Amino acid sequence: MATRGQTIFLILLFVALALVPLAGERYPLELAVQLMIFGLFAMSLNVLIGHVGSISFGHAAFFAIGGYACAYFQTRLGWPIFVSMPAAIGLTAVCALIIGYFCVRLTELYFAILTLAFSMLVWAVAFKWTEVTGGGDGFVGITAPDFMSNPVLFFWFTFAIVAVSVGLLWLLSNSTMGKTFIAIRENPTRADFLGVNVRRMRLIAFVIAGAFAGIAGALLSFYVRGMFPESAFWTQSGQVMIMVLLGGMHSFVGPILGAVVIYVLETFISQYTQYWPIVLGTILLLIVMFAPDGLIGMFRSIGRRMSMRGRRNA
Amino acid sequence: MDDLLSVNDLHVSYGLSRILHGISLNVRRGELVSLVGRNGVGKSTTMRAIMGLTPPRSGSVRWKGQEIARRKSHFNAKAGIGYVPEDRRIFSGLSVWENLDVARLPAHDGIAAWDEARVFEFFPDLERFRDRKGGLLSGGQQQMLTIARTLMGNPELLLLDEPSEGLAPLIVANMREKIQELKAAGLSIILAEQNLDFVLALSDRCYVLEKGEIVFEGTAEELRNNTEVQDRYLHI
Repeated sequence: MATRGQTIFLILLFVALALVPLAGERYPLELAVQLMIFGLFAMSLNVLIGHVGSISFGHAAFFAIGGYACAYFQTRLGWPIFVSMPAAIGLTAVCALIIGYFCVRLTELYFAILTLAFSMLVWAVAFKWTEVTGGGDGFVGITAPDFMSNPVLFFWFTFAIVAVSVGLLWLLSNSTMGKTFIAIRENPTRADFLGVNVRRMRLIAFVIAGAFAGIAGALLSFYVRGMFPESAFWTQSGQVMIMVLLGGMHSFVGPILGAVVIYVLETFISQYTQYWPIVLGTILLLIVMFAPDGLIGMFRSIGRRMSMRGRRNA
Repeated sequence: MDDLLSVNDLHVSYGLSRILHGISLNVRRGELVSLVGRNGVGKSTTMRAIMGLTPPRSGSVRWKGQEIARRKSHFNAKAGIGYVPEDRRIFSGLSVWENLDVARLPAHDGIAAWDEARVFEFFPDLERFRDRKGGLLSGGQQQMLTIARTLMGNPELLLLDEPSEGLAPLIVANMREKIQELKAAGLSIILAEQNLDFVLALSDRCYVLEKGEIVFEGTAEELRNNTEVQDRYLHI
């Protein structure tokens, strides 16, 4: 999953991000924060899609649960951030455990449909439970710690949390558990007769993926100073899945790359036209038809072709 | 009865087609037992049923006296049954070392544990390719990796499905030695094979299968001398 080249790319990416505040401008800083949040969200989904090979169509549920929980703990209960955020992540993990318990009993399309169903249930709760979530108007006006009003400090806060999260995911991907996930993706029966409890491993992956999506959601709620039911809607799940597909699901850095490309394109194209979804649809069509392994896969095959040509010329 | 494994009147169907019609066999500790027969007589299905990959319609599989016929495979793997499928089903996206790492299970009491060091000593070729992706190995190396991976699970009984299939003669001879060494190390083995020489060189006892039934049962010596059974059920 995480080859040496990808690890270097990841380190360079974070170094580049760390340089953003030096520009001293507000806009790149804001964009970088959004990229990191959605990059982490996409990477969390890749624990399911890329590692264990379970395609979840409802990952936004955990993004939203993390965001709403953090907003509620901060604002209604008045907890300090070092309590509210871990509590929100914990609650997201518990929800992922409960939802995952049912979902991992199914595989492939049935798994995808059940995750979609659960996420729409979460969306409906966010939409209707007005006392807690603010309903259709959303949860507005989160009480955030003072330092967050400073965009540079908020950038560093996000940077630190995303960097640590990506580091943990990197460790997971390179651990025996990460390799076991890949073994399950390649062939669950084979993993089974070698002594791997496939269902339990899938559930563990589901909870890990949900928890990291919850972290991204909590960061979003601070960034937007609010949380809205759209974050749990299936289009949000679809968008993050497209990020993973575009970047390359069988690689570690692919999803973050996909998130960057989709997010930057959306931001710029939306300035010229309101038909961004048409562009998104076209991108999706092109990936599925010409680059099933995403951008990373495309780079790899270009690299291979170039090294082959180099050898022929030598 | 101190059978490690005893299978009694095992019936298996895939949908409407019945594959096994009452297979009974037993394996004692340290024994190498062979299932012999032509293609499609039920050797692989018997192994898959023992492993829990193909649940039987009726009959029993007892492991150390305990019924395991309807248990999941991963329980059986942890209980000490190691399965080496035919056609070398490695994880092609994982390196040799990762293939081994994923299959690691704790050792059972009183049996020398398998770890990377011992596996690499046993299959020196694998150590040379430890960081190579499984999918890039040759056929013989993949077969060794399949066996090595199962050994990492520290089995007491090894189910070997057609280990000589599709390998060059020199590699087959090497494989035969390796199986001999495993047996000498105290492992009990069930070997499914079509290659009669291979079977006779290794086995203590043999079961000959035909159309999902056992038609002959005896020692390797008895099978070697029984040309009638050989002609009827084994020669093509």
